Amino acid sequence: MTIKQTVDNPYSPWMDDDAPESDIVISSRVRLARDLAGYPFPHLLSGEPAEEILRIVADAVADEDLERRLGKLKVVLLSQLPSLDRQILVDKHLISPDLLKAGNEEAKGVVISEDERLSIMVNEEDHLRIQCILAGLRLQDAYLLADAVDDGLEKTVDYAFSDWLGFLTACLTNIGTGLRASVMMHLPALVATGAIRDVLSAVSKLGLTVRGLYGEGTEASGNLFQLSNQITMGQSEEEIVSNLESITRQVINRERTARRYIFQQKPEALKDKVSRAYGILRHAYLLSAGESMQLLSDVRLGVDTGIIKGVNTRMLSELMVISRPAYLVKTGGRLSAEECDILRARLFREKMTENEGS
Amino acid sequence: MICERCKQRPANVHYTEIIDNQKKQMNLCEVCAKEEQQASFNLLPQQNLHDFLAGIFGPGPEGDLLQCPQCAMTGNRFSTHGLLGCSNCYQEFEDRIEPMVRRIQGSGVHTGKVPARSLSRYRVIREVDQLKKGLRELVAREEFEKAAEMRDRIRELEQKLAGREDENDHQTDGR
Ligand SMILES: [Zn+2]
Ligand SMILES: [Zn+2]
Repeated sequence: MTIKQTVDNPYSPWMDDDAPESDIVISSRVRLARDLAGYPFPHLLSGEPAEEILRIVADAVADEDLERRLGKLKVVLLSQLPSLDRQILVDKHLISPDLLKAGNEEAKGVVISEDERLSIMVNEEDHLRIQCILAGLRLQDAYLLADAVDDGLEKTVDYAFSDWLGFLTACLTNIGTGLRASVMMHLPALVATGAIRDVLSAVSKLGLTVRGLYGEGTEASGNLFQLSNQITMGQSEEEIVSNLESITRQVINRERTARRYIFQQKPEALKDKVSRAYGILRHAYLLSAGESMQLLSDVRLGVDTGIIKGVNTRMLSELMVISRPAYLVKTGGRLSAEECDILRARLFREKMTENEGS
Repeated sequence: MICERCKQRPANVHYTEIIDNQKKQMNLCEVCAKEEQQASFNLLPQQNLHDFLAGIFGPGPEGDLLQCPQCAMTGNRFSTHGLLGCSNCYQEFEDRIEPMVRRIQGSGVHTGKVPARSLSRYRVIREVDQLKKGLRELVAREEFEKAAEMRDRIRELEQKLAGREDENDHQTDGR
């Protein structure tokens, strides 16, 4: 798959629904921050040294072992990608919004494997950000893959490393392991019962950071939460990953309990809510971004509790990408806010009809 | 009781939020509790995070005088920017960075992965540490002959480490 195919297709393998705990954990992600010794960090980088880094990374990703594992890897310059395509890569969680921040565009690049499990950002905040994203709760596997890619690159790349501080990064919040592990969780029942507050404050006391997904301002975040480790130094990679995994399992248990509780208390109310949401997504002619995120969350809950049959959550994740402005504008050209809502509703109807037919 | 936030609706939610170990408690209505909760999940974007970090530490007393010879980053700029300039800055601004690292990362040292290229060097450093510890014990037990042997071994390893550093410097210069 070329990068063009990647941006044309809203689907990405992390959306698959046959993964462990994927009724609650949508995806697991591991990111390693790495910098090259002897070069200024990206925010001070320009001209010749910036090109050198792009060249060094291009050579490093051409490693045979990596190719055997992940297919051919190639650095694509950010400046060669249309800005809509860049935003779609963000919406598909393959690159970070920070890569698109203004400035130093010529120095930036991105590597995405054919299967989209691996992406490498070049000259974001650090020279390298190695990211692996997998469906469901698979943090260990994501780490092992990122670790293998790291080993492969290190054959030719000299990392900035200190014996006591570990990997040296542009920001002190990433030194040591350079590891940020995260899970994206769907927690509608904890939100509905109000238990979310206690759960999340407990989680933050245990050294994790919590944030809402797409949660700009008061825009509905679709009950999606991202949990990640706060501290990157002083623990081994395995400890960081297993700590996040065990806390995630606790949250999964709480969400399952809350789902059972809601189902036992008012089964009709729950069935009604998720089925109405399905009806609106399937038949509406105007859908705003905020409304569609909320409805997608309701339908996802309906599918994961077995109330709604014949829909897979993989499609619901695809619809989250389709619903974003970048994909709409790429499909429909320049659009007013109302035209966006019309196109969004049309694409949703089409996707769901297609799904019924299959 | 009336909601502390909108001061309109009745308060029926006791809202607790913990930010950086600071507990914030309020009596809110359901609408405000929900908004408050959502607002607290929006993590600071990266740029703000750096301003935030820089704000905590402020300019150092001699910050403007210090400058990294490799990337020209100054202590002052680091203080306002929150980002280091290059890996050499970590040595150049060591004294200022140390307390910041403690506050951000806690009191540990790196115990995770070591890049293969640094591994042999890393092992030597660990060995020197072990030997120094052993040396102190030998001296305490007044076993001076063995201590002298150990001191020679430490010196040998330290020279080896210093030699490696020179090699690395040449490599960097040669780019
Ligand atoms: Zn209120
Ligand atoms: Zn520097």
